[in-house]
Amino acid sequence: MAIIYILWLRQIKRFFRSKARIIGSIGQPLLFLVALGFGMGPIFEKAGEGNYIYFLSPGIIVMTILFSSIFTGVDIIWDRQFGFLKETLVAPVSRFKIVLGRILGGATTSLLQGVIVLIITIPVGFRFDIAMLPLALLFMFLIAIFFTTLGTTIGSMLKDMQAFHLIMNFLVMPIFFLSGALFPIEHSVGVLEIITKLNPLAYGVDGVRGSLTSNFYFSAGTDLIVLFIASILILLLSSYIFSKIEA
Amino acid sequence: MIIEVKNLSKKFKSFTAVDDVSFSVEKKDIFAFLGPNGAGKTTTIKILTTLLKPSSGEIILDGCDPVKNGNKARYSFGIVFQDSSLDEELSAYENMELHAVLYRIPKKIRKERIEQLLKIVELWDRRREAVKKFSGGMKRRLEIARGLLHHPQILFLDEPTLGLDPQTRNHIWSYIKELNEKEDVTVFFTTHYLAEAEKYSSKIAIIDKGKIISQGSSRELMERTQTDSLEDAFIKITGEDIRKEDYSAVDRMRQRRKVFKH
Ligand SMILES: Nc1ncnc2c1ncn2[C@@H]1O[C@H](COP(=O)(O)OP(=O)(O)OP(=O)(O)O)[C@@H](O)[C@H]1O
Ligand SMILES: [Mg+2]
Repeated sequence: MAIIYILWLRQIKRFFRSKARIIGSIGQPLLFLVALGFGMGPIFEKAGEGNYIYFLSPGIIVMTILFSSIFTGVDIIWDRQFGFLKETLVAPVSRFKIVLGRILGGATTSLLQGVIVLIITIPVGFRFDIAMLPLALLFMFLIAIFFTTLGTTIGSMLKDMQAFHLIMNFLVMPIFFLSGALFPIEHSVGVLEIITKLNPLAYGVDGVRGSLTSNFYFSAGTDLIVLFIASILILLLSSYIFSKIEA
Repeated sequence: MIIEVKNLSKKFKSFTAVDDVSFSVEKKDIFAFLGPNGAGKTTTIKILTTLLKPSSGEIILDGCDPVKNGNKARYSFGIVFQDSSLDEELSAYENMELHAVLYRIPKKIRKERIEQLLKIVELWDRRREAVKKFSGGMKRRLEIARGLLHHPQILFLDEPTLGLDPQTRNHIWSYIKELNEKEDVTVFFTTHYLAEAEKYSSKIAIIDKGKIISQGSSRELMERTQTDSLEDAFIKITGEDIRKEDYSAVDRMRQRRKVFKH
């Protein structure tokens, strides 16, 4: 436990010591919220879909968690380049504990950013049921775990930042756009519908939006089960790939 | 024998960095692994410490095979790497503490030992500063202090004193000597300061271009080459080897200069 804790703590300390990262992680979602919210809102409402800020806010919260989780996971590339990775790799500690400590730490920091953005949505006009907040936070946490682990897995396989841009464009962005974060997925048909249903983030978006606005597309139970199983699977994959790392 | 290496080879694609190397280290030895730049020292250490998989060969480390049973092998050694492995965002103290937790050093001993070691490397007053603000030599000192925090069966030191002033080198070596004498820690180190190897090592192996070309105590190496310092013996041994191969004069010069630089 002490080992997982100290590695968790390391991620937390690194996060709070990097002011640029905190500002950046909140600035971008805020921009999306304002630009899309006020720009697209009237069109959305004219199309009969209801209040766009209510629809968009949960999406932006999830977006914040998605990107910060991927980034903090992929940070492992820097640990490799700065050499710190070696220090953990030669320690008499199971690889699973090392990965888990890292992931829990990273996920905590991105959950925190999600919460900050959630608070910011209130002055922009978002309202939600406080009683449902714990459920929403649970969903946010699961999203953070899943994508921090995905980032860590990707980071364990890459040697430098170059290849990461490819992953970003061909994996993370599609996951984001086909998740229902910015626009409804109800209307997607054919291949898109299948992809959407295979996208773990779609369940995350639905979970957060559903619990905050009581408007589930799937259902709370489905969202929870899918995210939970997906997280377990990726954790196993991640610790396997991490155990194969050479430095 | 606490370390046994038999016919160890490591290939990076078609390049052979470690070529059929065999040697053994007895418990409580201070074993110097010497060789010119690019000889394969760091690669060998990385294989012994589970960071790289060998292409072929057998290793026994404190009775256990680090290739097959990495998790168990990691309990028996500690290492100071040649290049940086600190977390630069954390403070000196935090780096020490993290290491102590990773190696399960009990809380009480932890505090005492961190203080003692940070004082030895003269970083105690700056323990709260982020490592990224440290000079190269200060980082190096912290790296060594951290490596000495737990007392393993075998201590690997890859050019531990590189770039340090003589005072610090002395302090560090007396600490290592004490560990060796009082706690029977076996030391496996590399260095380009041959006076250091001459003074502290009980056994030496010289590796060049991936092959071990000479082994023995410092005195034996000097007798064999009829020289009166390890530095001269080293140059004679590694130099002779170059002469044997079919190098152009310019290449030979370049190789020589590499050796002389240290
Ligand atoms: N990851 C790698 N990929 C390809 N070649 C490598 C790799 N690591 C080391 N080498 C090569 O293997 C050879 C041995 O390198 P190594 O780092 O073991 O040398 P060394 O004896 O530690 O030298 P130095 O005294 O300069 O530290 C070098 O020619 C080096 O270029
Ligand atoms: Mg080296």
